[in-house]
Amino acid sequence: MIPEYVSLTEEEVRLIREKLGREPNLVEWGMFDVMWSEHISYKSSKPLIKLLPTKADYVIVGPGQDAGVIDIGDGYAIVLKIESHNHPSAIDPYNGAATGVGGIIRDILAMGGKPIALLDSLRFGPPTDPHCVWLLKNVVRGIADYGNCIGVPTVAGEVEFDESFRVNCLVNVGCVGLARKDHIIPSRFIDEGDLIIVVGGSTGRDGIRGASFASKTLGPESESDRPAVQVGDPFTEKLLIDAMVEAIEKGYIKAAKDLGGGGLTCAVTEMAADGDKGVEIEISNLHLREEGMTPYEIMLSESQERMLISIHPKNLENVKRIFEKYDLPYAILGKVTNTGRVIVKFHGEVVADLPAKLVAKAPVIERKARKPEYIDELRKIEKPEQPDDLSDTILRLLSSPNIASKAWVYTQYDHEVGVRTVVKPGQGDAAVLRIHEIEKAVGITIDGNSKHTYLDPYNGAAGSLAEACRNLVAVGAKPLAFVDEANFGNPEKPEIFWQFSQAFHGLSMMAKGLNIPCVGGKVSFYNEDETTGTSVKPTMVIAAVGIIETYNWIRTMDLKEPGNLIGIVGVTKGDMGGSEYYYWIHKIVGGEPPKADPYLEKSSMNFVLEGIKRGYIVSAHDISHGGFATAICEMAVKGNKGVIIDLEKIPHEKGLRLDEILFSESYARFLVEIRRDSVKDLIKLAREKSAIFGLIGRVTSEKNVVMHYGEKKIVLNLRDARDSLENGLKKHLRGV
Amino acid sequence: MNLRVAVLKFPGSNCDLDVVHVLRNVIGIHAELVWHKEFTSNDWDAVILPGGFSYGDYLRAGIIAAHSPAMKHVKEMAKEGKPVLGICNGFQILVEAGLLPGSLLPNNTLTFICKWVNIRTETNRTAFTRKIKPGTVLKIPIAHKEGRYYIDEKELRELEENDQIVFRYCDENGNLSEDANPNGSIGNIAGVTNLEGNVVGLMPHPERASEKILSPYGTEDGKLLFLSMVETLRRGAL
Repeated sequence: MIPEYVSLTEEEVRLIREKLGREPNLVEWGMFDVMWSEHISYKSSKPLIKLLPTKADYVIVGPGQDAGVIDIGDGYAIVLKIESHNHPSAIDPYNGAATGVGGIIRDILAMGGKPIALLDSLRFGPPTDPHCVWLLKNVVRGIADYGNCIGVPTVAGEVEFDESFRVNCLVNVGCVGLARKDHIIPSRFIDEGDLIIVVGGSTGRDGIRGASFASKTLGPESESDRPAVQVGDPFTEKLLIDAMVEAIEKGYIKAAKDLGGGGLTCAVTEMAADGDKGVEIEISNLHLREEGMTPYEIMLSESQERMLISIHPKNLENVKRIFEKYDLPYAILGKVTNTGRVIVKFHGEVVADLPAKLVAKAPVIERKARKPEYIDELRKIEKPEQPDDLSDTILRLLSSPNIASKAWVYTQYDHEVGVRTVVKPGQGDAAVLRIHEIEKAVGITIDGNSKHTYLDPYNGAAGSLAEACRNLVAVGAKPLAFVDEANFGNPEKPEIFWQFSQAFHGLSMMAKGLNIPCVGGKVSFYNEDETTGTSVKPTMVIAAVGIIETYNWIRTMDLKEPGNLIGIVGVTKGDMGGSEYYYWIHKIVGGEPPKADPYLEKSSMNFVLEGIKRGYIVSAHDISHGGFATAICEMAVKGNKGVIIDLEKIPHEKGLRLDEILFSESYARFLVEIRRDSVKDLIKLAREKSAIFGLIGRVTSEKNVVMHYGEKKIVLNLRDARDSLENGLKKHLRGV
Repeated sequence: MNLRVAVLKFPGSNCDLDVVHVLRNVIGIHAELVWHKEFTSNDWDAVILPGGFSYGDYLRAGIIAAHSPAMKHVKEMAKEGKPVLGICNGFQILVEAGLLPGSLLPNNTLTFICKWVNIRTETNRTAFTRKIKPGTVLKIPIAHKEGRYYIDEKELRELEENDQIVFRYCDENGNLSEDANPNGSIGNIAGVTNLEGNVVGLMPHPERASEKILSPYGTEDGKLLFLSMVETLRRGAL
């Protein structure tokens, strides 16, 4: 008989019975249930994920393992991973967010990397809603308390506010690790006879079937799902990091995997299936937190701070010595076999005996896709009137919580520990971490754009990747690779699946065009509020890394020197749909959003990167949320310098209104500060790289931003601009 | 003379390797990471207790480490007059162990704060400030949740009389003000010393401010503390 909690479809149940040739027992149903859940099996998304390019000569490990690994030369590699903890964070924001950090750290360790940086991408409802502020505060506190304690700096992130995230907030976390190339290990079993060990925290009843919980929508009864949210223990995680790094450096560990979603079930079956091996484990050996746990509970527990490793038996004493040094509990569960079967015993009795590959590879579900009606309706809305007072409009836009400084968030994170953070939060478009071992640096960023993606999932997702790459280029980094977190609603609805399908087609188009491989990703479905039936705005969050070959190329966005010139790269168009200007000033969600063009992106990026390398460009800033006006004010405020700009010199489409020139969010654009004596060379370089480039003004020692447009003149006091940027978000969070 | 400096690692310390990096690669002296179970006083000329969350900061920041066996050896070194430095969590441990006066309470913001601040050097009579002229303003980052220095009025007067206040939070010109005080510390105190001047604790992180590339201001002020320590060890007693 099938237990009532099993959420497998009738067809899946039939298939399991047929392939197995018998009725699974309770433990086995539980194992199938979790492994064939959407969250772990990717059964809806697999065919679309496969569209993404994954290869480059520097990709060491691509998608499918615990994390991606890329070669940065001189014997070192970067490990990259992204995850979501949306559902747990919506129910219990503090623990949900904290355990999201814990899980991703262990994915980096599982590849043989040492975690060196965390990123977070957060989305909430408006900060005027107390529930949203409660979520924001506790998510940030959860990330801070966990990340700070384990000594991994949180160096970059983004926060977006939008009505669609009121109930179902998005909490995406990225992690970057550093590994010596000769220490990289796989997350699959290697040799028959290797010992299987679980190390770290004890196993309790928390988080049982968490992966199944993440595979349904949030409804009124979700509060009662609270036991499906795990509780974090960063101190144990820190010991686990230190012990794992030591054992990896000594070469004792052959393979490793995080015990995350799906717990022990997922770890042993996936490692066996991927390695073409089997396992035989005795789960009564495991250190348990509570008495009387059943084999079902042990196999499905998602207790945190645990990892599964396999070692050669000769290294057992060495590994034990390291774990005992850190007072870290461990249990020897069994060994790797060549049977291809996962055999689980409990006090000597076999409680599960299944073919690893059958459990690990759920059949793909073909979902129907249908274009939602809202798209054409919203995109053809009429243009709003241009406001009379554009100076005031700019100041109001700067104070939008989506644009204003996120210092309230990032000052709560230790972003300096590890002595690597060269470009810190708020200084540049991406964080820069030095890899002093080889005197290079890496740029790291995390970006998404729900408003563009909602109106046009294809171009929005493509634009999100392009923006991430532009952010890397702006700090002097050459983009190398990315990972993606797809946050969508219920894929069983054809309209949602259409968004998802479009987004992956767009992302794939841009990745191929920019020639940048995807080395991993996650999919989070069912992000919707069941009571109202509304989904979150679809959001493709991209975490990307780039390489900076020498420290001299590192750039920040603050204006450096009066007398230097200001240039704009790329062409400004009237594609105002989904812009922050429409959203915040006119309260409009609609219009035609920007189109993503990899050819334009590439020429802009190549030009800026080369201009930085040659020393012509001394500051750079990507133009995105809030458009040109926002970007120039940010550069001026950060550098505490003034500017004088001739807006008519901005290369733009014919027939644009002034507000469109100021606030358009067209892609493939940068603002750059140029050394006066380099101007001729830079213009020549623009021609060589076929980049669209306009000289539009200069840096002044006055404390204001002055913009001319024919007869019209817009003047902003630097102090007012700073006040808007610094208080726009903070003012909503006081005294709460 | 071969100096031997220990960086004492407790379970949960997380700035240990950063301090070792600066001592070895920036200052150029022999420094070793020593696990708390293996730490003895005789092997070392000086010891640094790095930042982090020793024992997860469970109970209260620094208190469990303060009562661990390794601290007996730290106390011996302190008694012998050897330089002992506590940074951030290391400062919390030294205070909890009674090697330094006062206590460290949760920040008045009630949040963790990570940012660059200015501190004014109040005395050069300690093992870690002898190369810094009193009044010198250092640019240095803080990163803590429990860094609000507190001591009662009477003891505060004693600290002042005995020249035991080492650093105070200030503005970039060295003026003490409430705005320049990030966590509500009494008297803007960021660091203190014992009567003898060989034990120093501070909340800011000198190891994060010892290389120009890491400073938003292109400064390397944190180096001065470590160079002072080297000077103290080379020249003998204070």
